[in-house]
Amino acid sequence: MTAATTTIAVGRRMSVQDALRDNAWTVGLITFLVFLFAFTRFIQPSYGVAGIQGLAISVLPVALAAVAQAIVVISGGIDLSIASMMALTSVVAATQMRGQSPEFGVAVAIGVLVLGLIIGAINGGLIVITRVPDIVVTLAMSFVWAGCALLVLRVPGGAAAGWLRDLAKGYVGIEWVPKPAVVLIVIVAIIWIPLRRSRLGLSIYAVGSNQLAAFRSGVSVGRTKVAAYMLTGLFSAFAGLALTASTGVGTPLPGGATLASVAATVLGGVSLAGGRGGVLGPIVAVMIIALMQTDMTFLGINPNLATVMQGAILIGVVMLGSLTQLRQNRR
Amino acid sequence: MTDIATASPTRSAWLTLDLWRGLFRDRPIIPLSGLLVLLIIVFAIVSPRSMGPSFVGIISRAAIPLALLAGCQTLAMLTGGIDLSVGAIASMAGFVTAALEPNIGLPAALTVALVAAAVAGLVSGVGVGVFRVHPLIMTLGMSLVVLGLANAFQLVIVKTSSGVPDEVRSIGSDTIGNVLPYSLVVFLPVAALIIVGLRRSGYGRMLFAIGDNPIAARLSGARAWQVLIVLYIVSAVLAAIAGVLISGFTNVAAVTLADVYVLPSVAAAVIGGTSILGGRGGYGGTIVGALILTVVSSLLGNLGFPEAVRQILFGAIIVVVAAAYTRVTGET
Repeated sequence: MTAATTTIAVGRRMSVQDALRDNAWTVGLITFLVFLFAFTRFIQPSYGVAGIQGLAISVLPVALAAVAQAIVVISGGIDLSIASMMALTSVVAATQMRGQSPEFGVAVAIGVLVLGLIIGAINGGLIVITRVPDIVVTLAMSFVWAGCALLVLRVPGGAAAGWLRDLAKGYVGIEWVPKPAVVLIVIVAIIWIPLRRSRLGLSIYAVGSNQLAAFRSGVSVGRTKVAAYMLTGLFSAFAGLALTASTGVGTPLPGGATLASVAATVLGGVSLAGGRGGVLGPIVAVMIIALMQTDMTFLGINPNLATVMQGAILIGVVMLGSLTQLRQNRR
Repeated sequence: MTDIATASPTRSAWLTLDLWRGLFRDRPIIPLSGLLVLLIIVFAIVSPRSMGPSFVGIISRAAIPLALLAGCQTLAMLTGGIDLSVGAIASMAGFVTAALEPNIGLPAALTVALVAAAVAGLVSGVGVGVFRVHPLIMTLGMSLVVLGLANAFQLVIVKTSSGVPDEVRSIGSDTIGNVLPYSLVVFLPVAALIIVGLRRSGYGRMLFAIGDNPIAARLSGARAWQVLIVLYIVSAVLAAIAGVLISGFTNVAAVTLADVYVLPSVAAAVIGGTSILGGRGGYGGTIVGALILTVVSSLLGNLGFPEAVRQILFGAIIVVVAAAYTRVTGET
């Protein structure tokens, strides 16, 4: 642990410049997002409070899914079952909350989060015990969780508790601060920030960046991986609750959240090789993609080309990234 | 064997275990075929009425498109990659063929579809081979691009007739005497080409080499980028052929038609003994894997299980089979 504590100590002495350089990609993304907001205002002067609130509600589930994916990718894995876990937690919440008191709804929400931790633990446990590549296990488990969701609820239905729906609409304080955005910030701040500074957070980064080195430094690789998958399950459960909150019902069919979360994670500066990046980048990437789609609608561009653009940006950004990497290697 | 077994039971147990290990590792197709036969026997016990020559027709007709798409995954996985764009490319090819056929005729429409697919594959191949983009990301991005362009094309083209061309429907869904599906005419040459190509050609050996040890392959003079570009073009063309068959099989031409096949295609390749880490596998096992998945799916449907239970069992089977492989081959 001495090596770890020195790293933290050095980390505290970092200057603003160092911090900027280390997070250059995230800073760039945020700058781009601000520019994009300005651009949106320019092409559509009426875009304002309502637009931002609509954006915040629509990105909340995907943003939480992106955080879920980012954590597991940082640990060196990948989870292709996120959309299915969202579907399962969403229908469990919606069926149990229907026609119940708000207090019971709170209990259900806590139960659903625990459920997320459990199914995440099953994913991670299977990967560690069977030693089958994580892509294969989570791919298979995506069938299992989607099947479970269909067992709970055959067609979209159920209902969200009133307080849960209130969380996904309206604003806090001034109307420029949409409530879903605050909810997102609070969830991430309460769970991720303390975690990242903890021993577990350090282990997740260590295992992701070099499994063997982490093992030799005394990190329990298996336990860390399971913990990372549990966190992914937890954030997927948050995303499922957000889905139920924003639509008011539970939906048993997994949407495209898994692939969207992978795309946002990569665009957000998290390396698929693991050990690098954070969760802020992916969240900003989700907002950028959503806002670009809005802009294309305003500009009267065929909305289908928005999908093309999303794919092209994903490919372009990753190509650019590996190109600079290749150049550095050659030097 | 019985003499040895009585003489030294422990040693014999180890011998047979080693035998099984070797069998699973080197010839996974033998235990897999055993599993397939077992499943068919279960099927025959559960519903004797659905047995008969027509059973072969029904299963193979449904399994052929899956086996083709699983072929894309097998080739990509041998190099340590994966191709998630097969769903979008297959749907696009089926849709383009059906949409263009009334105007320019079937051969021209098929050509356009295959060329479009090859272009998509070329771009993926350049991304993976030259720019070293992770195949998962590259093909994922490509599937978004293809889906979006197909959607845009759908709005531009004025579709004169609904449904798919008669010839396509016939090759995708008709059978000779309820036993041999017409699609075998497409599938058999393609399958033979892949199996022989992987075993006998230099290109096939190069795919294994790159997946097994990319550095060693590079040092021995293999130009990985060329191999990868060709690989993703071949994969895209295979996906396009499968897409045309799927649209003929279902008599539907839609831009998201084949999306449901993507995950099962990976599953079929994994069950067939191809390692997602690269360097180990083959197409024979994949074909049996596709047949197993089709029989299981049909069996569960016959037993009256709801879709939900089918999906859960599907996932469980994949994990169990993959875990068994990992255990016997000792790979991590």
